Amino acid sequence: MKNVLGRDIPEYIEGIGKLEPFQGAWTKLKKGWMDEPAVAIATKAKLPHENKLCESLEEAIIKANPVNGMTISFHHHLREGDDVIVKCISILSNLGINSITLASSSLTTAHDGLVPYIQDGTITRIYSSGIREKLGKAISKGILDIPVIIQSHGGRARAIRTGKIKIDLAIISASAADCEGNATGAVGKSAFGSIGYSMVDVEHAMQSIIVTDNLVDYPCIPISIAQNFVDYVVKVDSIGDPSKIASGTTRITKSPMDLRIAQLAANVIEHSGYFQNNFSFQVGAGGATLAVAKFIRDKMKKKNITGSFMLGGITSYCVDMLNENLFKALFDVQSFDAAVSSSLLNNKNHIEVPSTLYANPFNCGCLTNKLDIVVLGVLEIDVDFNVNVITSSEGYITGASGGHSDTASGAKLAVAVCPSFRGRIPIIKKRVNTIVTPGESIDVLVTERGICVNPNNKDLELRLRKAGLNIRDIHDLEIEVDGITGIPEKIQFTDKIVGIVEYRDGTIIDVIRQVKE
Amino acid sequence: MVIKQQAQAGTFESSDMLVLVEPVSEGTGRVIELHSPVMVQFGKSIKEEINNALDEYEIKDVRLICNDKGALSATISARVETAIRRALQIQDGVLPS
Amino acid sequence: MIMKKNKRRTALYIPGHNPAMVQQGGVYGADTVLLDLEDSVALSEKDAARILVRNMIRTVDFYNTEVTVRINHIDTPFGITDLEYIVPVKPEAIRLPKIETKHDVIRVIELIEKIEKKHGIPHGNIKIHPMIETAIGVQNVFEIAGAHPCIDAITIGGQDLTADMGIVKTKDNAGLDYARKAIVMAAKANRIDALDSVFADVNDDEGLRIETEYAKKIGFTGKAVINPRQIDIIHDVFNPTDEEIRVAIKIVKAFNENAARGIGVFALDGKMIDAPVVTRAQHVLNLADIDINDL
Repeated sequence: MKNVLGRDIPEYIEGIGKLEPFQGAWTKLKKGWMDEPAVAIATKAKLPHENKLCESLEEAIIKANPVNGMTISFHHHLREGDDVIVKCISILSNLGINSITLASSSLTTAHDGLVPYIQDGTITRIYSSGIREKLGKAISKGILDIPVIIQSHGGRARAIRTGKIKIDLAIISASAADCEGNATGAVGKSAFGSIGYSMVDVEHAMQSIIVTDNLVDYPCIPISIAQNFVDYVVKVDSIGDPSKIASGTTRITKSPMDLRIAQLAANVIEHSGYFQNNFSFQVGAGGATLAVAKFIRDKMKKKNITGSFMLGGITSYCVDMLNENLFKALFDVQSFDAAVSSSLLNNKNHIEVPSTLYANPFNCGCLTNKLDIVVLGVLEIDVDFNVNVITSSEGYITGASGGHSDTASGAKLAVAVCPSFRGRIPIIKKRVNTIVTPGESIDVLVTERGICVNPNNKDLELRLRKAGLNIRDIHDLEIEVDGITGIPEKIQFTDKIVGIVEYRDGTIIDVIRQVKE
Repeated sequence: MVIKQQAQAGTFESSDMLVLVEPVSEGTGRVIELHSPVMVQFGKSIKEEINNALDEYEIKDVRLICNDKGALSATISARVETAIRRALQIQDGVLPS
Repeated sequence: MIMKKNKRRTALYIPGHNPAMVQQGGVYGADTVLLDLEDSVALSEKDAARILVRNMIRTVDFYNTEVTVRINHIDTPFGITDLEYIVPVKPEAIRLPKIETKHDVIRVIELIEKIEKKHGIPHGNIKIHPMIETAIGVQNVFEIAGAHPCIDAITIGGQDLTADMGIVKTKDNAGLDYARKAIVMAAKANRIDALDSVFADVNDDEGLRIETEYAKKIGFTGKAVINPRQIDIIHDVFNPTDEEIRVAIKIVKAFNENAARGIGVFALDGKMIDAPVVTRAQHVLNLADIDINDL
């Protein structure tokens, strides 16, 4: 069957079940009450002063009674420094456990080591927001029989809440924890800031283990994860490489091209009609997207505008803006650099939020719904403004859905920024390889060669034209860029589906097929 | 024309191509070794661009090692032309050697 | 009609051997892009740079950015070959380093004419921008600026000039004060643009602004830049203020109304308006991209 974007979606996939095709960015939510049931929190009991501490990670995992076919969840707050996920899977493999469903909030280059465990059948299913490098390539080449399911951060929270992901065991790394399992990422030598992606896991998991390299005297403060959701606690020597978990402060790019694009994007925001007192704002952590914050910061000061809140992945740059009173609050679901942790700890207006409050579409209103302006990076964008942030120009899985579709759906103004080509590869396409975020939720594309406004937002186009910005038809720009780079050969795929891209509401927006070698 | 000596042009920088030209014995033909991050999408066009530059100078026998870093067509032909001229020692407007 | 290319507030230097930068020359919003074959290119890469720049001018769209090539001095082993490669692809202007006499310029222009003839290109379309970089050049600048109708801008090379004068270039440009003003005056006398030298410290935004404001005050119409980050600040300085635009619109409108009735000189708000005032007002509108007929 075809979904509303014309993507071919199978009705049923063995091992996954029936698929519901994507119907539109907000179509399903309009009902208000959702048909999906909520999963109850597990009812358990511990006796007074019962000991949760385990001698080793093995002991903790054995106590959790692992079985074949179980679902095990992790967070990716340790990013490229994570040393816990692969270790846990190897322990389970040594225990002879197989057919595991791995449900991590995302996977990074630290998880290339999972490939052998997929090959030997220890892991047979994966849910993740992102997958990169060797793991992404291996999955794109077809090492999993059941397709990986790519979810947005809000979509993952929804799936856990509704039992689509039924977590048997949540293993949560913390940079500080006490013997009862109160835990946080805000302090300790491996501090990573917010632990926002894990909160929904421990609430709905049948069992939870806290893994920490920093067992503190009771009580652990702040209590980001509360003890009433934790079964076992284990102290290990290391949860990962602190230099790769979070280092220093995020610096604004020096690339003239990224800065130019960021400056143009800031001009778009300034004249969009949404740049006014009490506006809310989200930017990514990398390249041109973060650099937009630099230009917006200058414009806010110049025009005497102060904002309401900044949301999402928080960098030290956001913290600086909070400290300058440019915004009233930071809502932090994920902290991108080491400098953020102390702010999270000490500034009451820097607030740690769970992913379900951040972006879950199935509740009475997540924070992304209250967002005015978001700036988003893209791997590819097409003439219908559909965005790909998951597969490379060669068709391999190598990115992350993240909060992309969540924030685009919520924001009044979703600004996509990218160079019109990278290396020799055009970024503006007739049709993207894989749709993660539907074009109807993207308002404007900013490239160094022109600004393209989604035709469904005529008012915005009018305002930007009036401000003298270089507005171009996206079809014209696509043709021009092809002229600069030449037209790339089409990537060849087989019929085998290696990945499913779930939209935040659980419908299927696209599938990823195996790359033909 | 006949390539008599080795030469190179270009850099390893992004959007550039490093071209090495080597003489080969007559009748060998054009041996083109191409490394590129955009091989799948542009391998064919890059080879065509290289061959066009060789045609301009009527080079029949040559070995070319091209390390592409996503160069555009104009850069590819410029780098190949520069390398060929250097190898043929038909540079003009250079320092007297 | 708006003549966007009338503006030469900024001229962005791009090393001619760097394809990544040359191919993006038109996207930074500079009024002019200066593809450099001279000082930023190593002696061993002169051949590579001129072939690359030639190919790029042929194929790259620089949009509204004026394309200028700085060639090597005609008495170096590179200069003449630079012209042979560059003239046939018809850049909008060629910048000539270290011009000391009007004969220097005339020689180059004659060479260009010869190459144009060989390629069947009409003469006179490529503009010439002499650079004054020596004490002798400064002394001869009036003659140089008026040496040929192709010359429509003249520019100062601050680093080389201070070196030639045997002084150190200071932030306040004290040693260059006479030269800068002499060059501006020569440009004004010949009704051509006067372009200022680069500001080398790309991290000093405030210093750049102060230097540019001074350059504008003494009569320069634009300034070279070495990093795209500098463009906005310079444009901001050279752009007319809202008040200047308001007044200019009023003057040009009144002039058009009076001209339609055959009146050339008239009074507006108690001030006499004659041709030079109108020209200045029209220049302000050009800088602001305003077409009086659109209002």
